[in-house]
Amino acid sequence: MNKTVFINTVRFLVLVLFQVVLFNHINFLGYINPYIYILFIVFFPYNKDNRIFFILCCFLLGLCIDIFSDSGGVHAAACLVIGYLRPMMMRFVFGLSYDYYSIKIEKTHFGQRINYLLIFILTHHLILFSLEIFSFAHIVLILKKTVFSAIFTLLLCLIFISLFSRRSS
Amino acid sequence: MQQIVNFLIRHKTFITFFVLFCFSLFLVIQSHSYHNTKFVNSANWVTGSIYNTTNSIGDYLYLKQYNQQLIKENSYLRKQLLNRGVPITDSLIDSDSLNLKFKIRPASIIKNSYNKLNNYLLVDKGSSDSIVQDMGVITSQGIVGIIENTSTGYANIQSVLNTYSEINAAIKNTNNFGSLKWNGEDFNVVQLVDVLRSAPIKKGDTIITGGMSSIFPKGILIGTIKDFSLDASENYYLIDVDLFNDMTTLDQVYILENLNRKEILELENSLNE
Repeated sequence: MNKTVFINTVRFLVLVLFQVVLFNHINFLGYINPYIYILFIVFFPYNKDNRIFFILCCFLLGLCIDIFSDSGGVHAAACLVIGYLRPMMMRFVFGLSYDYYSIKIEKTHFGQRINYLLIFILTHHLILFSLEIFSFAHIVLILKKTVFSAIFTLLLCLIFISLFSRRSS
Repeated sequence: MQQIVNFLIRHKTFITFFVLFCFSLFLVIQSHSYHNTKFVNSANWVTGSIYNTTNSIGDYLYLKQYNQQLIKENSYLRKQLLNRGVPITDSLIDSDSLNLKFKIRPASIIKNSYNKLNNYLLVDKGSSDSIVQDMGVITSQGIVGIIENTSTGYANIQSVLNTYSEINAAIKNTNNFGSLKWNGEDFNVVQLVDVLRSAPIKKGDTIITGGMSSIFPKGILIGTIKDFSLDASENYYLIDVDLFNDMTTLDQVYILENLNRKEILELENSLNE
């Protein structure tokens, strides 16, 4: 149990640092940035008892990114929504037959993993950019940013998951 | 009563989610309303020192470029000084003894941002260096923005690349002025609006600050006219301005303090009352 807490704390800090120091400044083609800090929410060991704690963690993660990037509460809101909807997304992708509390993302099939991450990332980015831009007049800009950043985030997430997951025997 | 408590317990996850979500929405809306002091901003000790550390590493990569920029600026200033006609009696002039209107403080940008609709930058000078809200920020090439929030050691700048910023600007050599805004599309191009149709303008004309506010003095460079058209009312021009500053590679900036600002504001307030 202590090991899990430790690993998740370290993961939280490392992801926030990497996001604000490195990934927020990539600006590929002028506006495309990956948001890899959501890997914390993907990896969080989730069960029925710690739902509220999980949601609080998501909020805190988003708020940390917000403070660093002067964006009000947009990351916090986007993280909260995906944190809250995570069980539903898992049920949708992996099916009811799975015991979705014990699913480890690194042990899933490749196709299912992409589906799951894609839904996850698209929801997050759509909320993030609609709140950040906050105007219907710029709806094309919102969609453009969502789609391109999502592709970038998805690629990096897949690479990170396969790099940092413990090898299954 | 029992049922209400049961209801609360059953939906406690949703309630937590809802409360936190409302709170973050509140922060979002607050950050979108103009000129509200935000309490989620990067001008604080933790974020400031982290950005300072990473910036000091990154600075080494651009030393040559910064030096060249400084030499160019120095030679320009020297040229002005030598051609001024007044003999320089002493190489050291006590700047406090002169009757100054503006005080200039150097600072360096430790967090740059240009790809959002509302961009804020972070500099390594704060209220302990007597930086306060509504001071102008420029580089040797042109304007950067206006100080928005300060902490003891750090300050946030509202960049010109911010859809809420509005800066008084004029066309050089004429007295036609308008206000400078940004539509959020291209980080090299800002928009000058409310310039009267009678103004004689053509592509390539220089845009400078108008000096109609107490933030910037008159004559700070902004950019050149890239394109222009008439707005919907056909009375005013809508001008695209190509910035002189490359907003993506900002580093050393100057913060301007108007020493007469207090007096000007007092006068304005007395008129409003």
